[in-house]
Amino acid sequence: MSRQNIYIAHTNCITPLGFTVESNVQAIEAGTTGISHYENADLLPEPFYAAIINDEVLDREFAEISSAKYTRLEKMMLLALDPVVKASGVEFNAKTALVLSTTKGNIAALNGTDEVPAEAYLQGLAKNIAGFFRFTTQPIVVSNACVSGIMAVSVAKRLIQSGLYDNVFIVSGDAVSKFVLSGFNSFKAMSAAPCKPYSANRDGVSLGEAAAAALVTKDSTYAKAIVAGDGSINDANHISGPSRTGEGLVRSIESAMQEAGVTSAEIDYISAHGTATPFNDEMEAIAFNRLALNNVPVNSYKGYYGHTLGASGLLETIIGLESMQHNRVYASLGYDEPGVSQSINVIAKNEDKEINYWLKTASGFGGCNTAVVFKEVN
Amino acid sequence: MAGTYYISGYCSIQNSRIMLNGEEYFSAPGAMFTDFAKQAYKYAETDYAKFFKMDNLSKLSFLAAELLLNKQPYSSNTALLFANASSSLDTDVKYNESITDTENYFPSPAVFVYTLPNICMGEISIRHKLYTENSFFIFGGFNAEFFANYAAILLDTNKAETVLCGWVEFFKDDYKAFMYLVSKEGTIEHTEKNIQTLYLS
Amino acid sequence: MEALKLELKEKIINILNLEDVAVEDVNDNDPLFGDGLGLDSIDALELIVMLDKDYGIKLSDPKEGKAIFESIETMSKYISEKRTK
Repeated sequence: MSRQNIYIAHTNCITPLGFTVESNVQAIEAGTTGISHYENADLLPEPFYAAIINDEVLDREFAEISSAKYTRLEKMMLLALDPVVKASGVEFNAKTALVLSTTKGNIAALNGTDEVPAEAYLQGLAKNIAGFFRFTTQPIVVSNACVSGIMAVSVAKRLIQSGLYDNVFIVSGDAVSKFVLSGFNSFKAMSAAPCKPYSANRDGVSLGEAAAAALVTKDSTYAKAIVAGDGSINDANHISGPSRTGEGLVRSIESAMQEAGVTSAEIDYISAHGTATPFNDEMEAIAFNRLALNNVPVNSYKGYYGHTLGASGLLETIIGLESMQHNRVYASLGYDEPGVSQSINVIAKNEDKEINYWLKTASGFGGCNTAVVFKEVN
Repeated sequence: MAGTYYISGYCSIQNSRIMLNGEEYFSAPGAMFTDFAKQAYKYAETDYAKFFKMDNLSKLSFLAAELLLNKQPYSSNTALLFANASSSLDTDVKYNESITDTENYFPSPAVFVYTLPNICMGEISIRHKLYTENSFFIFGGFNAEFFANYAAILLDTNKAETVLCGWVEFFKDDYKAFMYLVSKEGTIEHTEKNIQTLYLS
Repeated sequence: MEALKLELKEKIINILNLEDVAVEDVNDNDPLFGDGLGLDSIDALELIVMLDKDYGIKLSDPKEGKAIFESIETMSKYISEKRTK
């Protein structure tokens, strides 16, 4: 059954590397990392590495669009979505939706008492965002661990293809918090230095925060790419460790490629998850090898941004779209010596590469995986 | 073109009572959730020790899915489409307690792992070996329209042959699970109206 | 050390939610992970928290845990030597 093309157009991101896509790409081209060393006992008892947005910059930029009171994460999300809405010129009616993705939302609002403030509910967060732009439809919230950001793209595309909507704005975000830092730390999953995806001495994640936004639409006018195929399949193995055979990721990629009508040989580039935990990166290497994707240039953006949780899937997609637009792939920052049991083609330095089809993958707690194939628009 | 689909089975759990396809399956009147869940687990002759490591949301979801998937036919390609209003806040609040007191700061990994709403789907996928589409959504309240539309999308596009739809809400002993199986075969037409009626029944 | 072993058995059953396991079922030298009690990676992390919280022992390298948590016997030996609480 052939279905109409659905496009992704108008993107934006708010990260420690900049508040525009252009500034982010420039920083990545220059090999700049957003990860820094922090000593802040309010966030974690011991020193840690993370990629955190500067509060002064955030507040100053936000003051340009509103003087109303919002949480830190809401400011990030509003700043991400505002230019996308403005550039789109889309009419806000019953066929215009908002999909918001996050893992923990305004979790910092939990104050240790029994009362949970309204904004700590994810629909409370979504209403604050949707209300700012006056969406007329109820926001749809995706909260599916670290695949949330890319799953939002998949959900938006599916909703438009079904005819329910013409335009779906997506906004994704998560903030570095005491809650998440302490949790990853209790898992002994945090690295002692800035994270090293796919490397022999990798020892865990560096957390990060970001917001990202995009428009998914059936209108091709400003399209950056076609969302050609997608799949989100569970490992059915363990709730916190990935499948050793990469089962869910393999099936997700297969589902996406089959829908897009492509084979592994046609995939020009992969933006993978690459969190730099021993297990995640190994699982990805196994999955890519099983699918004969082991020679495809692959990178992780976690060395630039840290692991931005619910934002990562969309943020990294946005950078991947720039790679396709400029036919240039970027180094997997932090990568040094190969450290997975089956070899994959990790991009060691920036290089020109023609991209017609590329793959975004993500995996997360609960055994979830999402894969999306993007196709060049001619 | 969108197909016509049918609900083949449904299960509700609230106020320490389990209803399966409109009839009472088990109840433990007045029991608190932990106790009720343990009793229901035993009553269903479940043999799955990991159940007792789960948080409330996962136990609630597990029990509803256990009954449906053991008593109704379903395809191995059964997607999970879940939603609620409180995400994992019930466990989030509990985890937050383990890190709030700086003098007694002992973050628990076993609790932290459940501070994501989609973990309950992972538990079901693992138990029933479902290598299938999983997605978790958050709404302000039960959203029959979304379930009707999105489950149909999964079926229309062949991303699944059956969908297990679940509203699984848990916050501080206030809980409700409503789960149903939908595919090309069944007895009740899969419409927003019918879903809403079954939810309220 | 017998009192400590009994205490550890009770704690493990409690902290790790081992529902149908009684103290009498756990032998001192039974493997806790793998086939024995079937504990997994999250359980190992919880035991590391228990060492800190209840016995004042901070384990910086989780890999050390493998040897320490092999059995009740190895755990009680380690805790007797290193405990600060």
